Amino acid sequence: MDQAIKQKDFDIVELVNDAIEKHGNTRDAVVPILSEINHKLGYIPSSALPEIRRHIHVPQEGVFLADSHLYSAASFYHLYSLKPLGRHIIRFCESAPCHVVGGREVIQAIQDELGLQPGETSDDKNWSLVMTSCIGICSVGPVFLVDDDVYGNVTPERVSEILAKYQ
Amino acid sequence: MKIIRSMVLVSVDEASLEHGAEKVFHAFLEEIEEFGLSDQIAVSTIRDVGVHEDVPVVIVYPDAAVYAPVRVEDVHTIVEEHLVKGNIVPSMLTMMRGLTPEVAWTRERRGALPVQKRIVLERAGIVNPASIEDYILYDGFQGLGKALTQMKPSEVIAEVEKSGLQGRGGAGFPTGRKWSFVSSTPGDIKYVICNADESEPGTFKDRLIIEGDPFSIIEAMTIAGYAVGAHEGYIYIRGEYPVAYRRIEHAIHQAEEHGMLGNNIFDSGFSFHIHPHAGAGAYICGEETALIESLEGKRGMPRARPPYPTTYGLFGKPTLVNNVETLANIPAIIRNGGVWYREVGSPKSTGTKVYTIMGNVNFTGVIEVPMGITLREVIDIYGKGMKNGKKLKLVQTGGSSGTIVPANLQDTPMDFDSFRNAGVSLGSGALLICNEDTCVVDLAKVILRFFRNECCGKCTPCRIGTLRLYEIMSDISEGKGSISDIDEMLKISEAMSEVSNCGLGQTAPTALLDVLKYFREEVEAHITDHVCPVGVCPITAHVPELLPVP
Ligand SMILES: Cc1cc2nc3c(=O)[nH]c(=O)nc-3n(C[C@H](O)[C@H](O)[C@H](O)COP(=O)(O)O)c2cc1C
Ligand code: SF4
Ligand code: FES
Repeated sequence: MDQAIKQKDFDIVELVNDAIEKHGNTRDAVVPILSEINHKLGYIPSSALPEIRRHIHVPQEGVFLADSHLYSAASFYHLYSLKPLGRHIIRFCESAPCHVVGGREVIQAIQDELGLQPGETSDDKNWSLVMTSCIGICSVGPVFLVDDDVYGNVTPERVSEILAKYQ
Repeated sequence: MKIIRSMVLVSVDEASLEHGAEKVFHAFLEEIEEFGLSDQIAVSTIRDVGVHEDVPVVIVYPDAAVYAPVRVEDVHTIVEEHLVKGNIVPSMLTMMRGLTPEVAWTRERRGALPVQKRIVLERAGIVNPASIEDYILYDGFQGLGKALTQMKPSEVIAEVEKSGLQGRGGAGFPTGRKWSFVSSTPGDIKYVICNADESEPGTFKDRLIIEGDPFSIIEAMTIAGYAVGAHEGYIYIRGEYPVAYRRIEHAIHQAEEHGMLGNNIFDSGFSFHIHPHAGAGAYICGEETALIESLEGKRGMPRARPPYPTTYGLFGKPTLVNNVETLANIPAIIRNGGVWYREVGSPKSTGTKVYTIMGNVNFTGVIEVPMGITLREVIDIYGKGMKNGKKLKLVQTGGSSGTIVPANLQDTPMDFDSFRNAGVSLGSGALLICNEDTCVVDLAKVILRFFRNECCGKCTPCRIGTLRLYEIMSDISEGKGSISDIDEMLKISEAMSEVSNCGLGQTAPTALLDVLKYFREEVEAHITDHVCPVGVCPITAHVPELLPVP
């Protein structure tokens, strides 16, 4: 995640323009555009939606779009957040294959270590703990991501050592 | 840890027994013991290998060498040469019909075990996925070249139909037939979509195919476009697979540069373009109509069907939606012909299947084998046995929406038909192998939580049903269940299976129903005795205050 853009004074107009430039202004670009903004900022601010709508709403081509339609999409997908998350995001796989090979104990260790419940962000905004379903690396379960880094074959004992890297 | 590296099977049908199979069996046991190999080599029996002359037959795995007829005096040579030194003994191999010497896989599947056979993953791990030259060196684009220069679109479809290929995305729909539906729907604009959403827990075969061999998907989609009359293709890749996305993106550029994709491919006059598209994390977007809605920039909620995508798909146009693994079979089918493909697998389920193996076994990962092998074989041979010598309790097949198979059904051959007859689903090919430390209540709870989270919310039976089932199972795991809960869960499940709008709601209760069918006592123990027999559930801590006063 780009720390410079993550500061308060990002320019949403410019961000949306960049995304449109890259993905186009057709209907099938909506999800890629939302993804790009979410990736850059860590969440999708509501001010981005009317901005996106301006570009994709093309009446002469019969494409009508409302802000609510974009909100509906943005609130649907699990990878998106509509509110800012912590500086580091832990995505923990809670699906059955990881669960039965020890995921149960590992998530407990993470919760104890950070003092967070699933879905919470720490008071110092350092950590968010997000539960996710399978991320497709089940053969090395239990598995979690910290930001874009993947950790597999995790044991409760390894948790504090892994998290320490991000302090 | 005990890892069986080899397995010896002795045929013990009537005829074999008459010819001393029992003595041969014991001779193997003794010889293997003599060489101190009892820990590494298992000796077992096989009932009927389909031939009754020249018996007994002895099959040695994983080489799948078939020796026959084997006499007690031959045993020493086989053990010393083959099992100790690793040399197959050619003079003792047999050339029986239906049993080839190298591969004991028989079409009738009389208990013989296939070796891994790779069609889909043939190149994965061998070629550089970023190099089109590598791909071309390994037969790449031959199928496309043949299709575009020597075949009419109808002939391409006929070849796919002949192969007997069935969709690998879960439902097993005949691929050739689907192609012909799209092809025969009139329209100038049609689409081909490669479904690479793959969000079924435990499934990562499509990721490995794309990451290992991205060009095969491009080749396949272009062949499909030619066959059905489409000029645009989309690859919908789940958002959690950034590496796969980058590989595909790179492969598309290279293919365009080399004239294998884009305008006027091979100067044939046929043009085809492919757009990679990343999802954003929603299991339901793997359902084909939800995928289409999502591609159109909306919430990924399934449409009511009919109309099917083959007639009314992306942007209202006829659309072919195929799974990654399905498509990955196509180049080889066109290259070698449908008849060649039919030779692999079982008569009604042709070809190979890619399985992902997970859970409490020594080896986890991916295998590609002909259709029709059994769970026992998967666990013993490919999974290299149960981890820490624990006992097998159950296998969940086909991902979270799949079935639960108790240990005593592990000999059912895995192909579409046998599985369907046994009430087992092959689904996405995920095999979650669970040992005796797995609590079925805990497992069902985790599976139901997944569906509660992933239900798209469009229709009531699924929206309320997934929530209620999860809540009830949660209560049971905490010792707060009552015996009437079981009936309620059965009722809810029935309603969900019958009236949900899409496959998610219809299959969400599958694992739960199997748990109630095969492990009801264990569930009841949680309810009536307030114990978790395996000691996994948080039940004990809560019991005192939760027990109702009698
Ligand atoms: C809830 C749900 C999730 C699905 N997920 C996938 C998936 O991730 N990948 C896939 O190829 N098919 C998935 N399918 C099946 C598709 O709807 C469709 O049948 C398949 O892509 C057709 O391709 P095939 O004929 O090549 O199998 C899913 C179906 C349902 C109901
Ligand atoms: S069955 Fe479930 S996932 Fe499918 S449409 Fe209905 S609510 Fe959505
Ligand atoms: S189940 Fe955890 S990564 Fe697949």
